[in-house]
Amino acid sequence: MHPITTVHYLALSAALLLIGTVGVLTRRNIVIILMSIELILNAVNINLVAFSHAIGEVHGQIFAIFVIVDAVAEAAVGLGILIALFRNKETVLADEIDLLKW
Amino acid sequence: MNFLDQIWLIPLFPLFGAALMLLLGKKLDPQPVSEVAIAPGVEPIYEHGHGHAPHHGDHGDSHGDAHGHGHAHGKLRSLVNIICPGMVLLSFIFSAGAVWELAQQTVRIKEVVQFTWLAGMPFHMANGHMANFSVDWGFLLDPLSSVMILVITGIGFLIHVYSTGYMAHDNGYYRFFGYLNLFVFFMLMLVLANNYALLFVGWEGVGLCSYLLIGFYFQKKSAGDAGKKAFVVNRVGDAGFVMGMLLMLSVLGTVRFIDVRRLLEQFPVETGGFGVLSIMALCLFFGATGKSAQFPLYVWLPDAMEGPTPVSALIHAATMVTAGVYMVARSAGLFQLTPATCTVVASVGAFTAILAATIALVQNDIKRVLAYSTVSQLGYMFLALGVGAYWVAIFHLFTHAFFKALLFLDSGSVIHAMSGEQDMRRMGGLKDKIPITYWTMFIGSVAISGIPGLAGFFSKDEILWQAYSSKSGSQLLWFVGLATAGLTAFYMWRLMNLTFYGKSRVSAEAAAHIHESPASMTVPLMLLAVGSLFGGWLGVPKLWTFFGESWRGFEHWLEPVFTSAAIEAVKEGEHSASIEAVLMVLSISVAIIGIVVARYFYHHKPEIPDSIEKAVKPLYGLLYHKWYVDEIYEFLFVDGLCKGGGLLLGSFDRNVVDGGVNGAGLLTRLAGIVSMWWDRWIVDGAVRFTAFFVKMLSYPVCILQSGRVQTYAFFVVAGVVVMFAYYAAR
Repeated sequence: MHPITTVHYLALSAALLLIGTVGVLTRRNIVIILMSIELILNAVNINLVAFSHAIGEVHGQIFAIFVIVDAVAEAAVGLGILIALFRNKETVLADEIDLLKW
Repeated sequence: MNFLDQIWLIPLFPLFGAALMLLLGKKLDPQPVSEVAIAPGVEPIYEHGHGHAPHHGDHGDSHGDAHGHGHAHGKLRSLVNIICPGMVLLSFIFSAGAVWELAQQTVRIKEVVQFTWLAGMPFHMANGHMANFSVDWGFLLDPLSSVMILVITGIGFLIHVYSTGYMAHDNGYYRFFGYLNLFVFFMLMLVLANNYALLFVGWEGVGLCSYLLIGFYFQKKSAGDAGKKAFVVNRVGDAGFVMGMLLMLSVLGTVRFIDVRRLLEQFPVETGGFGVLSIMALCLFFGATGKSAQFPLYVWLPDAMEGPTPVSALIHAATMVTAGVYMVARSAGLFQLTPATCTVVASVGAFTAILAATIALVQNDIKRVLAYSTVSQLGYMFLALGVGAYWVAIFHLFTHAFFKALLFLDSGSVIHAMSGEQDMRRMGGLKDKIPITYWTMFIGSVAISGIPGLAGFFSKDEILWQAYSSKSGSQLLWFVGLATAGLTAFYMWRLMNLTFYGKSRVSAEAAAHIHESPASMTVPLMLLAVGSLFGGWLGVPKLWTFFGESWRGFEHWLEPVFTSAAIEAVKEGEHSASIEAVLMVLSISVAIIGIVVARYFYHHKPEIPDSIEKAVKPLYGLLYHKWYVDEIYEFLFVDGLCKGGGLLLGSFDRNVVDGGVNGAGLLTRLAGIVSMWWDRWIVDGAVRFTAFFVKMLSYPVCILQSGRVQTYAFFVVAGVVVMFAYYAAR
């Protein structure tokens, strides 16, 4: 049995980041996009926690908690914006909300 | 007081009166004129209809009011009565004073320059020299203008006084007197001016006033038309005057009388045809024919009868028509250099004299007879001017002013008595009913007929003698003058017989009203009658040696004005007493024959004129219709010019004016098209090309900005990947 090393954590983190990024870029539903953003944030968290464990310091873990709080706030604001958008546009599909152009 | 330095005041008095009347008159003399005048369908006030119908009709609603009004009226009217004739009387006093002082001087000429009116403007004269154009507002009093101002203010004053009686029942009282005063003002400006330009101011002014006064009863269409006719015909003559004046400016470089006369003395007499001086003189004479009613421009004067009778008297006797005679006499120095023009003047004068006299023979309107008589007498004056007898022309002007004013005012008095009737066929037997009018008119008629002792004889006989004896005169001119004298006597006594003698043919309605005129009218008549009786004794014929030279004061008084080498040259040759005596006897006998024949025809055998009329109907018709001159003019000028000119103008309008407009429009349109093309393709093109270019440039950037958040996110990620790749590869 191989022990779980930092590299495994980093691989998981990288996988999550990739999945999240692909999700953000490809999915049309904004709810899914927000969920993908959560994936990216959690990839970061895993990264932080992994290095914190490897180095033997707690700063990384503390920072991960900040990121979790930030993610919560971001999810709340993001969903709020989504609801406001839906009321106006009657859609939650990101490619139909294309106001940000020239 | 030094009247001579104050001659500039003489015209100012009537101007003040006119300004007062015309500016404040409405307040001085409140009148219901406007309603009467403007209301359509209201019966127009005919000449001396006393304004009965409209006046009483308008105020019939409340008698008390009308009375109160009338009373206030009376007071204000008496104010007008004092101011207007008073102003002319003041002028007369100043004139008389100035003339008296002038007579004391050895050199009888006085020039008072008030200020420079048209200031210097250098120009090239015809001979290439430079001259400075400058006209003063100046007054010249010399023997000629002194005669004129005395006639104008003296006779004018009597006419003013007469008008206060004559116009008493009329509306527009203040307006009438304002115009009269204005008329006198302009006439005084005319004769007192020291140059032709200022004379022209008065000249045009009297034209304007004649228009205003002839058209005084403007509610009546014929009066309005007559006013317009006078104005237009006068303008035709004025064109000649202006051309003459400009020619004079071009040749002599000045229009000041004294300078003109001095400069002209250096010119030789233009013998053989028409030179530049002749043309100048002809132009001036053409102006005079308009103002002084000579053929071919006399046609306005008979129509001027549409005005109130005192106006006729003023125009015919004291002012207006004398302007032309005065102007030609003033230009004597010029006319004497051009024998050809003088012949024209004399011929036109003689022709007009006999033409108008023949027309006067058959007219039935009392004023119309007198009007043609005036034209005829003016013809005499021009005959005298033409043969170089300038002082005689002015002498006849002077005596004529008395008896013609008298005759006109008398006819006004008759019309007044007849409640507005002017047709002599409906008069007759008025002798005893209006004795003062009758006797004064009798004197006037004797005077104009040329019976020795009265004014007309002296001047007319002198004209006939000069026409015969002067070097530029001829027996033909004399004979025409003599025939005219006979005709004059005839038509005047025809008028007297039809009006005053015989059985009354007055309509019963008018007969009930016949009354002698008030004193305000009869007193001027009597004064004028005195003038007509004795006015001629200022120029007793040379033949009457018994009286001596002092009885020829008029000639000697005017001598300094008309003395020049050129004039001396054409003066009567040998004075032959025997010929003059024969001529005088002839002219007297012709006058008496005229009177006797008229008396016989129209008193003893009234059927003779009718049978003659029937026997020579075409001739009678010709005379009755005034030789159809009006109709010819109507055809030639009014219709011919209006229609022909209308056609011409129409085609001119269509082709040239409209063509110009259309052409301009077309050009504008073409320019518009070019401009539009330029605008659209060049200006707009440049703008749009810039826009297009920028757009092309921006197109790649545009497509990046799709508005889709995920695309943007993809770029971010791609950028990050590229950056990592770059670092990784390094």
